[in-house]
Amino acid sequence: MTGEALAFYVIAAVIMASGAVVVASPNIVHSAVALIPAFLGVTGLYILLGAEFVAGVQVLIYAGAITVLILFVIMLTEGGTGLRFQQRNEQGPIAAAVAAVVAALLATGVTHTAWARGAGVLPAYTPGAIGQSFLGTNLLVFEGTSVVLLVCLVGAIIIARKEE
Amino acid sequence: MVTLTHYLVLSALVFALGLFAVVSRRNGVAILMGIELMLNAANINLVAFNKYAAPGAIQGQIFALIVITLAACEAAVGLALVLAAYRSLETIYVDEINLMKW
Amino acid sequence: MTQIAWIIPLLPLVAFAAVILWGERLPGRGAYVSIAGIVLAGVAGLAVLVEVLGGARADLTYQWVVLGSRPLVVGFVVDPLSAVMLAMVGVVASLITIYSVGYMHGDPRFPRFFAYLSLFQFSMLFLVLADNFLFIYAAWELVGLCSYLLIGFWFERPAAARAALKAFVTTRVGDFAMMIGILILFLHTGTLAFTGVFKGIEAGQLTGPLLTVAAVLVFGGAVGKSAQVPLHVWLPDAMEGPTPVSALIHAATMVAAGVYLVARTYPLFLLSSGHQALWVVAYIGAITALSAATMGVVEDDIKRVLAYSTLSQLGYMMMGLGVLGYTAGMFHLITHAFFKALLFLGAGSVIHAVATNNMKEMGGLARAMPWTFGTFLVATLALTGIPPFSGFFSKDAVLLAAYAQDKTLWALGTAVAFLTALYMGRLVWYTFAGAYRGGAAAGTEHRGDGAPGGTALGGGHLHESPPVMTVPLVILAVGSALLGFLERPFERFIHFAGVEAPRSSTTVLVLSVLAALAGWAAAGAIYYWRTVSSADLRRWFPWLYTLLVRKYYVDDLYGWVFLKAGGIVVWAAGAFDRYVVDGLVNASGWITGRLGFSLRYLQTGREENYLLLIFLSVVVIVLVRFVR
Repeated sequence: MTGEALAFYVIAAVIMASGAVVVASPNIVHSAVALIPAFLGVTGLYILLGAEFVAGVQVLIYAGAITVLILFVIMLTEGGTGLRFQQRNEQGPIAAAVAAVVAALLATGVTHTAWARGAGVLPAYTPGAIGQSFLGTNLLVFEGTSVVLLVCLVGAIIIARKEE
Repeated sequence: MVTLTHYLVLSALVFALGLFAVVSRRNGVAILMGIELMLNAANINLVAFNKYAAPGAIQGQIFALIVITLAACEAAVGLALVLAAYRSLETIYVDEINLMKW
Repeated sequence: MTQIAWIIPLLPLVAFAAVILWGERLPGRGAYVSIAGIVLAGVAGLAVLVEVLGGARADLTYQWVVLGSRPLVVGFVVDPLSAVMLAMVGVVASLITIYSVGYMHGDPRFPRFFAYLSLFQFSMLFLVLADNFLFIYAAWELVGLCSYLLIGFWFERPAAARAALKAFVTTRVGDFAMMIGILILFLHTGTLAFTGVFKGIEAGQLTGPLLTVAAVLVFGGAVGKSAQVPLHVWLPDAMEGPTPVSALIHAATMVAAGVYLVARTYPLFLLSSGHQALWVVAYIGAITALSAATMGVVEDDIKRVLAYSTLSQLGYMMMGLGVLGYTAGMFHLITHAFFKALLFLGAGSVIHAVATNNMKEMGGLARAMPWTFGTFLVATLALTGIPPFSGFFSKDAVLLAAYAQDKTLWALGTAVAFLTALYMGRLVWYTFAGAYRGGAAAGTEHRGDGAPGGTALGGGHLHESPPVMTVPLVILAVGSALLGFLERPFERFIHFAGVEAPRSSTTVLVLSVLAALAGWAAAGAIYYWRTVSSADLRRWFPWLYTLLVRKYYVDDLYGWVFLKAGGIVVWAAGAFDRYVVDGLVNASGWITGRLGFSLRYLQTGREENYLLLIFLSVVVIVLVRFVR
């Protein structure tokens, strides 16, 4: 087995395990904390795939900001006491079955397709290429995303504001 | 030898996990966590395709970056909603929020 | 005039339109317009008769519509038969209309009565001028309608309303048979015109049993309209209508339409194999004549006796036509129109004075109402066949024809002559002779035949009717007396080619007069001189009396079979509608309701359910699509 494959399987195991904790744990704080290894695992995948900049952004934003945000909200709401037991609603079994089937179908479809191999090669230094792209061909996307960010920022503040 | 298929299968599994969380959890925050997992699965797909199917363009990683950004926005707004709901309804368990049901 | 004879029916039609729309404001509250219409028509009819006597004929046709490749030709015919009917209808209807001015005086719906009379006159004149089955059927229905309207004129009385309905429905049965017969003729000969049909039959397009069936079916219409057995039940009840209506429609004209139809379509009957259709006509006529005469003997209502008499005489006419007495039957129709109309008008005059129809409450009116009595007596003598009045000539023409064909029918006819004299004598003695048996006459509430809100007449003493009523009586009496002498000219005028008049036989003549005199004598013995009292007779033959009073139970039979059976059918149809048809509709509504009631649980309002459903559906779709 090559190193890449070994790395891939280890990271995959980490992601799946922590994902299982996220979705199944009765303790909401455990779920939230288990998000971190999941996101870090995804970061590892990005690095394996040669997307260093994306990996960095993933750590910063996902593992850093979003997880903290989730933990904050858990604390601010009752979930933080961990008193409630029943975290899964009555659809549990069916949902599991449906999820399993969805996964199976996707996997089957994916493995039975011959993916074409594109031409070209990844750039060695991705941040530069990404930067060039954002200010070049993908300028509109870049600017639009920043507008969305602004709107969400303002919106979240207004929604979560304490009513005086 | 890790091929594209490996990554795609992994992302499918993660997507299924996220789906299970969204459909079967009672806590509103837990549902949002499931959504984050699903978005991550999509991102893995995008970047994997970028490396294996279209390495000449950087488009896949751009897309993944945008998705991360928007996921962050969405998480922020969603959690703000959960907070606001908690403030007025005293609960974050979505099956107890039934003011508009028959 | 002959060439434009089609105008004659239009005159009363215009009168009808005018009176029904503006009746109150017209002169005489509509009566004078109506009278003008029919008098003009009557004068024109007489003019046509004179011209036709001189040899004029008219056959006016025009193409109405083209059915596929066959043109439908309709039109009018003026020949001796229709000319004499035109004249008779015109004259008798004019006199009755004038009489009605006095009889219906004070009635709240006075103009409408005259409008209906005019409509009827139009229909009847149209009927006698028709030269094809389509027109005659249309006119047939129209006279039926007018009969219904006029019988039920005083519709506030439930008896009148029921009688009108009974008349309409019973004649409808006959009309239906007639329509089937007409359709059979049309199918085989391809035309509806009389001449066309007869030519077709002679050419052999329709023969054998089917021709007899068609002829009998057409006769079925006559059975209904002329109230022969078994459709005779409506005529006695039709006496609920005002007396002028009884005189015009149910004595002189409409009921004669059946006889006219048989005469007009005579080739149908002649050409049927072995004259079978003619035998049917003759025997039905004879049975009707006999049974009606027996029922007339036990009736106490003066108008009902006359109704049974009409039935009986119509039977006579049919019998006459049936035994190849074409001329005899038609002659009796004409004379009967005059004296029967006179009898009814006279009865109306009596009823007007005593405010009751019941003969047992009358009596001694001969002194109080001399004109009525005199004319009534003339008419009665004519009806019973006493020479030299007109009835004697026409009745004996029928009896002679019967004698030549079938002795049984002749014997029946002579028996009927005896019975006719019996019940008419009874009527005359009860009504006009002896002492007055009624209480205070002319109550202020009603007229004898039940008109609500009529005027009070002679509160307390009896008197003769006004001239507007007695003058028509006199004119009709003159006709009843003298028409008989026109028998020979009539025979020359109206005859059917190939059917000769029977030889005269003194035996027949003498026996018929003797039968009539015997009947008068018997009536006198029972009802005047009281040698045998009618109460004794009732005691000796109770079963006969019950049979006759119950009208041979025919009405009861019809009621039981048709009304009960019809009631069951109606009930079944109603139940079907309520439970099956409505049930289906209600069930679909109920099902939708229950479905909605149970399906509403699908809308949980919880989006985790909806999300699950979405993904479940995706899974199902993919599975179904790809696992195939």
